[in-house]
Amino acid sequence: MKIVRLAFKIAKQFLKNNMGQTILILLGITIGISVQIFIGSLIDGLQQSLVDKTIGSSSHITVSPSGKENYFQDEDNIFQLLKDDERFTEISSSIDAAGFLLYDESTYSLVTRGFNFEEANGIYKFDERIVEGRLPDGLNEVALGIGLVEELGLKVGDDLDFIVPELSLEKVKLVGVFDLRIASLNKSWMITELSSAQTTFQKEGLISSIETQIGKVFDADIIAEEIGLKLGDNLQVDNWKAQNEELLSGLTGQSASSYMIQVFVLLAVLLGISSVLAISVVQKSRQLGILKAMGIKNKTASQIFLFQGLILGIIGGILGTGLGIGLTYVFSVFVTNPDGTSLVPFYLDWYFVGFSVAIAIIAAMFAAFIPARKSSKLNPIEVIRNG
Amino acid sequence: MANVLELQKINKIYGEKIKTQVLFDVDLGFEQSSFNSIIGASGSGKSTLMNIMGTLDKPTSGDVLIDGISTKDMSTNQLSAFRNETIGFIFQFHYLLPEFSVIDNILIPYEIKYGKVTPDALKRANDLIEIVGLTKVRKNKATDISGGQQQRAAIARALINSPRIILGDEPTGNLDSETTETVYNMLRDINKEFKSTFIVITHDKRIAEKADRIIEIKDGKINMDIRS
Repeated sequence: MKIVRLAFKIAKQFLKNNMGQTILILLGITIGISVQIFIGSLIDGLQQSLVDKTIGSSSHITVSPSGKENYFQDEDNIFQLLKDDERFTEISSSIDAAGFLLYDESTYSLVTRGFNFEEANGIYKFDERIVEGRLPDGLNEVALGIGLVEELGLKVGDDLDFIVPELSLEKVKLVGVFDLRIASLNKSWMITELSSAQTTFQKEGLISSIETQIGKVFDADIIAEEIGLKLGDNLQVDNWKAQNEELLSGLTGQSASSYMIQVFVLLAVLLGISSVLAISVVQKSRQLGILKAMGIKNKTASQIFLFQGLILGIIGGILGTGLGIGLTYVFSVFVTNPDGTSLVPFYLDWYFVGFSVAIAIIAAMFAAFIPARKSSKLNPIEVIRNG
Repeated sequence: MANVLELQKINKIYGEKIKTQVLFDVDLGFEQSSFNSIIGASGSGKSTLMNIMGTLDKPTSGDVLIDGISTKDMSTNQLSAFRNETIGFIFQFHYLLPEFSVIDNILIPYEIKYGKVTPDALKRANDLIEIVGLTKVRKNKATDISGGQQQRAAIARALINSPRIILGDEPTGNLDSETTETVYNMLRDINKEFKSTFIVITHDKRIAEKADRIIEIKDGKINMDIRS
């Protein structure tokens, strides 16, 4: 331990004395790590926003009746089971049924979705998506999508005729207009209170699905499978991953190419440090020889170079992190969509940043390993004899 | 008086295919606190002998005993520690570390031994600096002082661990005659004061004559051994 201090002191002094070389190596590490963090964060941010846009406002894991059944009674209290599971962030029961809006002697096919809005807002954010009026509250109050409302020229407050297939003709009151930003849903969904839908369709006590969102979206398949095992045969569990395979393969491809870039950047950094340190051993062989003649042990001689690697790795890692975060931030601020929002939102995964710094330090140490060995093997007599 | 350093039947052969024998059965003993000089033409093997005495080089056969302890079977690390504690080196080209200041250079052997510089060690280093007359430049970089000053710094460095033996390979080889004189007088003073054993290679006859003993090496053998 006591000698480690001397190795560190010599390492520091060597680096300080060859400032030009030191700055060059540091620049290499800094740029390498900043590119690593920049690319990594960019791809992460891109994926995050892509995933968010795709499934941010939809169900991640859905429990619904299996086979031909469309409705089920939550006898086993699955709702509560999921609610007690901390991995689920949002849970909402809903009932879906098809019906027709009769307007101006034409019929329009609609999917009626009955929600408990307090729960459903967590997933669909209806409260934010209502562009006119309010959310339905009582019996036979409904909200329609902006697409249909504009097409038919409806107004909030209108009473509409709604055909419940094989049952009746109901009067419903349009109390709100929503915009889910998906044209097809804006034309085909009619939302209403869960109990109202149950009454209208005479499905008291029944629901068609329990929709959920989870914290770790990429664990959806694993969690879904686990939940599936706890449920009876009459129910099935779907997850977003199973329904979005193309998106997933796109994401995987993107990740893979991002990893490839990172690996090669790292390799370049590694080779850079290693070659400069290797030259440095040759440059310092005279000093190492004299240190060895004075009794420095081989281990200490190699520690000098490991410390150089460590110091370079830590400083380069910190500078690189700063530059990488800066680059990512600048990119998110200045590279924007026509509407002013950033093309790729600023996103930093601190674990990834920490990981990158750790990699920088390990890589620098690893790169120092060969010069360190060389230094350890150097025989002082060679230096003394040759001057 | 007991021999502090003893060479027993030292042979040194260089090369594997074409063998060149540099030293032939050299037997030599050095008394404690003596001041010895080794002279010889270049290529006579005196530097090789010096490197073997300093355990920097290994003899092809024979043994080097320091304080009666055989160094033949010591590992590299054992030798390093041994060297650090018992032998001080003064080389022709002074070999200070250019990255460090004069005082840091002088303290390096101490740090190799103890790891940490104590106030006592610092005081000792400053005392040595005063003895060799470098007080004014003690904080200068090793490259920012004159050749004579560098050599004197190397002498102070050789003394910091109070080694029993000090080996000098042409310690004044590249100094002018006046400085050479100063350095040698200093070495003699130190020899008297610290009772260290000095073994110094030189080609300067005038210098050699000031030693207690002159050994001449010729063609790898001891040609002459005069004690005054």
